[in-house]
Amino acid sequence: MEKVATHETAAHGHAMEHAHPELGFWRKYVFSTDHKVIGIQYTITALLFLLFGFTLMMIMRWQLAYPGAPIPIIGNMLGMANAPGGIMLPEFYNQLGAMHGTIMVFLGVVPLAVGGFGNFVMPLQIGAPDMAFPKLNMASYWVYAVGGMVMLVSFVLPGGAANSGWTSYAPLSITAIGNGQTMWLIGMIFLITSSLLGSVNFIVTIVQLRAKGLTWMRLPFFVWAQLVTAFLLLLAFPPLEAAGVLQLMDRLAGTSFFMPSGLVVGGQPLQISGQGNPLLWQHLFWFLAHPEVYVLILPAMGIVSEVIANNTRKPLWGYKALVYSVIFLGFMSFIVWAHHMFMTGMGTTISAFFQTTTMIISIPSVVILTALLLSLWGASIRYTTPMLFALAFLPMFGIGGLTGLPLGLAPSDIHLHDTYYVIGHFHYVVAPGTIFALFAGIYYWFPKATGRMMNEMLGKIHFVGSFICINIIFMPMFIQGLGGMNRRMYDGGAQYAHNAQLLKWNVVIGMAAWTMALFQLPFIINFFMSIRGGKKVTNDNPWDATTLEWAAPSPPGHGNFVTEPVVYRGPYEYSVPGAARDFTPQFEAERA
Amino acid sequence: MDIPYTVETRPDTGLANGKLGIWLFLASEVMLFGALFSTYVILRAGSVTWPRGELNVWLGMVNTFILIGSSVTMVMAWASLKLHDFGKHRWYLLATFVLAGIFLVNKYFEYADHFARGEGPWHSTFLAIYFTLTGLHGLHIVGGMVVMAYLLGPGAKLYKRNPDQFTNRVEYTGLYWHFVDLVWIFLFPILYLL
Repeated sequence: MEKVATHETAAHGHAMEHAHPELGFWRKYVFSTDHKVIGIQYTITALLFLLFGFTLMMIMRWQLAYPGAPIPIIGNMLGMANAPGGIMLPEFYNQLGAMHGTIMVFLGVVPLAVGGFGNFVMPLQIGAPDMAFPKLNMASYWVYAVGGMVMLVSFVLPGGAANSGWTSYAPLSITAIGNGQTMWLIGMIFLITSSLLGSVNFIVTIVQLRAKGLTWMRLPFFVWAQLVTAFLLLLAFPPLEAAGVLQLMDRLAGTSFFMPSGLVVGGQPLQISGQGNPLLWQHLFWFLAHPEVYVLILPAMGIVSEVIANNTRKPLWGYKALVYSVIFLGFMSFIVWAHHMFMTGMGTTISAFFQTTTMIISIPSVVILTALLLSLWGASIRYTTPMLFALAFLPMFGIGGLTGLPLGLAPSDIHLHDTYYVIGHFHYVVAPGTIFALFAGIYYWFPKATGRMMNEMLGKIHFVGSFICINIIFMPMFIQGLGGMNRRMYDGGAQYAHNAQLLKWNVVIGMAAWTMALFQLPFIINFFMSIRGGKKVTNDNPWDATTLEWAAPSPPGHGNFVTEPVVYRGPYEYSVPGAARDFTPQFEAERA
Repeated sequence: MDIPYTVETRPDTGLANGKLGIWLFLASEVMLFGALFSTYVILRAGSVTWPRGELNVWLGMVNTFILIGSSVTMVMAWASLKLHDFGKHRWYLLATFVLAGIFLVNKYFEYADHFARGEGPWHSTFLAIYFTLTGLHGLHIVGGMVVMAYLLGPGAKLYKRNPDQFTNRVEYTGLYWHFVDLVWIFLFPILYLL
């Protein structure tokens, strides 16, 4: 720590001083405390995990499309214990399913949306020199990295990775043999700890380090979304940490928290003390995992709002309604969790309560989506790559959200639960919803991070290909699910007669999934080529945007801003009547 | 580069960064222990029989008073700094550290007694939740002791350079310590008495 004299610390004006010694490679790029470097570390790690999770799914899709056929190309590399002769074993299918969910949610989307974009963009948007606790920020990345390693290592341990679903329902998860589930729990405890460190840091940074003049109602919507997200992570994750500890105790110390009396496994009564409650796990799990849904979607909404305001050249329609909606969403997300449990026999009274709160929480979601849609009205839209992804987010999230309503009502949920309908529903929210928004964010903030633009042509190929493929992947799942096709079946459920007409869709879905992988190549090429070869930005504000991050140099140095930014107005003053230009940045003193 | 408001308070929020940070951390801790207390309630409500008198109430009570005492010495450690009496601060902080140590020693005797009878967490639902709750609480005690050891050892040098920041750190440690104490105040009746 630098030498700090007591009476000089009060002046925070010299946060921007440039005379700090050059750091070595390890401190600058690996164990950095700079929020931008940490944000980029999160982004790249999370993108790799997304690719890995997607690969797991592509392998599963082969098995579903052509049950029992040897997997091409990589089939022989998967090992005798997983796929002898390239033919996937059911146990391996279960591992892939459990780890696809875990990796996509906890190692891919959340670290990218919060750890990546939150870390990189949020301090810039509020005009802060860094996060409030830079060392804690570094710790949270490295704890996340360790958690990810633990998850990956579990694949090569004897018995393989966890295979009881990403929800790890007891008692299945507790009686599961091998080390996979134990590793999963240990990995989760690392990931939860990382989130907790991160969320404390985010909230303190937003509350304490806002630039002069940046009042609450002048915050960009992205910052609001990150603030609410941080509260969800802070308060919803600890119960899962508790549940993880309890399940570890059940597996390692022989307790029976989630193990009922008289349990018989493989014809043998288990020698346990019993009296546990399997439903308790589900309650604790979903108490986290429902707010987690909003952790996935809120930062995405934040990104989409920024991109839409910038590319419509108009203020966001109903900024205050958006802010109040996102806060209300945050509160409500804590009391809807048991709508995941209508099938468990927890009782109709509880179901009635949770189905009411679930219907209520759809209101602020619809308000947000409507406000974003109305923002497009009458705009002369710039169809840039980030805008295309942001525009696609609206109908995709709309489909995902609306198909959720029948699942929120117990009577229709009883028919649809555990079918591919559910898979279609939440993937529409997370894949063409959140992940598209994240792509929009990458294309949008890439010039800020590197000083260079990404290639528009490759970006558009990436967008069109992904958009078409992803709909061919998930739309048929609604058909399959409505027809009663169960999820989590190793062969797709070929033994059931009612699936006979539905299984053919698995070939279509598989083809689309593999094609979509090809359409990610333009993105990967674009991403890496543009770092050195992209078109250089001519100024620090290449998109003609209004928010504070565009006041910083591209890329910003350690300490972010050259002069301490001062905020004079709201975040989205586009096309102000009488102004010389169609944007009036927050950081400019008088209207140009 | 300096982060604003690490020591001084921000005028419009009235907070220094660390103060807000520790309160948020404690909020998450409330959720952690809240989930475990809920587990206790649900398991007990669903149980056929619930053992009573399994634990040594006297040892538990002694430990309760030890922790309350350590909370008092913790406040004194902070108050002495506010009065610019660094020497006294060190004695009070050391006393807090020692009291925490005595608490753990007592806890060890209680645990050893159960294990000597072959009654670990696997024995019954009651002992399962007892060991989990007190074990996690014990880890929090250890965590607090690590921080105190740091403030007594290498961390104490900060007082020379920046007494205000050092005082803040002791205050935040104190807030955490009171929380750990408070958790025990709940644990003692539900495990030992009820």
